[in-house]
Amino acid sequence: MNERMLSIKHLHATVAGKPIIDGLTLSVPAGEVHAIMGPNGAGKSTLAYVLGGRPGYEVTEGSVTFDGRDLLALEPHERAAAGLFLGFQYPVEIPGVSSLQFIRESLNTQRRARGEAELSGAEFIKLARAEAAELGMDAEMLKRPVNVGFSGGEKKRAEMVQMGIMRPRFAVLDETDSGLDIDALRTVGREINRIMRAPDKGVLLITHYQRLLDYVQPDKVHVLSTGKIVRSGGPELALELEREGYAEAAA
Amino acid sequence: MTALPTRKLEAFRYADIDALSSVWEQLAAPRSIQIAAHKKVQQIWLPNGNDIEVRRAEITLEAGAEMSLFALNNARDYGRIELDVTLREGSHFTFNAANIGAGESNLEIVTTVRHDAPSAVSRQVVRSVLGGKAVGSYLGKVAVARDAQQSDGEQSVKAMLLDRGATANCKPELEIYADDVKCAHGATVGELDPNQLFYAMSRGLDPASAKALLLEGFVMGLWDDAEGSDAICEAARAALKVVTA
Repeated sequence: MNERMLSIKHLHATVAGKPIIDGLTLSVPAGEVHAIMGPNGAGKSTLAYVLGGRPGYEVTEGSVTFDGRDLLALEPHERAAAGLFLGFQYPVEIPGVSSLQFIRESLNTQRRARGEAELSGAEFIKLARAEAAELGMDAEMLKRPVNVGFSGGEKKRAEMVQMGIMRPRFAVLDETDSGLDIDALRTVGREINRIMRAPDKGVLLITHYQRLLDYVQPDKVHVLSTGKIVRSGGPELALELEREGYAEAAA
Repeated sequence: MTALPTRKLEAFRYADIDALSSVWEQLAAPRSIQIAAHKKVQQIWLPNGNDIEVRRAEITLEAGAEMSLFALNNARDYGRIELDVTLREGSHFTFNAANIGAGESNLEIVTTVRHDAPSAVSRQVVRSVLGGKAVGSYLGKVAVARDAQQSDGEQSVKAMLLDRGATANCKPELEIYADDVKCAHGATVGELDPNQLFYAMSRGLDPASAKALLLEGFVMGLWDDAEGSDAICEAARAALKVVTA
């Protein structure tokens, strides 16, 4: 087992020339769920995009290793093939492409890259139906174009269906809880546990609020402020933040 | 045979006159297509594979007739689709077409749709995917005659430019003499959305596959309502592969 599945060291990153991540150090061992909380503008989404490899998010200093590999040297699709999943705060709509086709082609491209056999059409449909059912999503919705016409909550559920089908080794979930009602929040929390709680998997959960952490108990909570981790602690830190606010807790 | 047109003629302003001149002498008269009253017809026009392909038709839909025409325009050098459509009362004309070109292709679609009598409907959807130095054009005129009340005409034109040298020309045009009509047109020219590309890549698609998938989505919706669309889907997919190669 990898002690430090995801290891971020002294990371500095800029967006459009503006420094956003400013010396961030953080490690997530296999088998753990870490939450990152912080006020607006702290750099939470930037961190998620840097880990996903989004163009325009430039690392100027520091390193990120994933299972000992240099993550930053990989293209976004290579990161996915290596087992990294990025759950988007705002999942993107792709008109004209059905979710089934999108997920199947993505998954099979990943599998080819890993030297695994592709899933046949029948195998894939079976898997997709089962995962949609876990999320309480009508499988018919997967025939529709990717995220088109979905409500905010449906988009987040659809992200979880994708994660369930792809079975990544590590998930970076960027405000997966935003835009969810109470029931959807519980479902999504349960699904994160079901899909990602395992000794050889890890999760970095980026969130504003403590609520999701009632369902997904984090092993560690980190406070991100102006581009770096200013405090780390156990699950109780999230409660303290909720009670006292970021300004107080980060001080 | 009439004289070879020049670019001074509006309908030929973006045409490849050299290419046209090489086929002008042998060019057949426009096909005449008559759809009898209340008949329902579908046609799929696949490219014939020639480097230069000019297809022309004069189409009349009698009262209550319906026609759906699906076309792919992707000749290697010059492809031109020219339609002159006359709509009688309550008829319904649908035209869904794609220009897919790479290299130095010049692809154009030139239509005149005449709403000659009341309550006819026309729907034109044109999607262009252009790479290299390809040029894709749509010149579409919807003419509504004086007593053609309750005419309903729509033109939707979108072009995707994959390389700096590619060009799209869109000119939807309305000429309306009736006063109770619904005519809409929209035109956009753009490139692949970087958000969509990153989303697809973050799911594991390599850049070429991500591009191809997004373009497929852009084009393939055209054939959703076509019966027996396998051949045109396949031809469009093959054409997209050439453009993204």
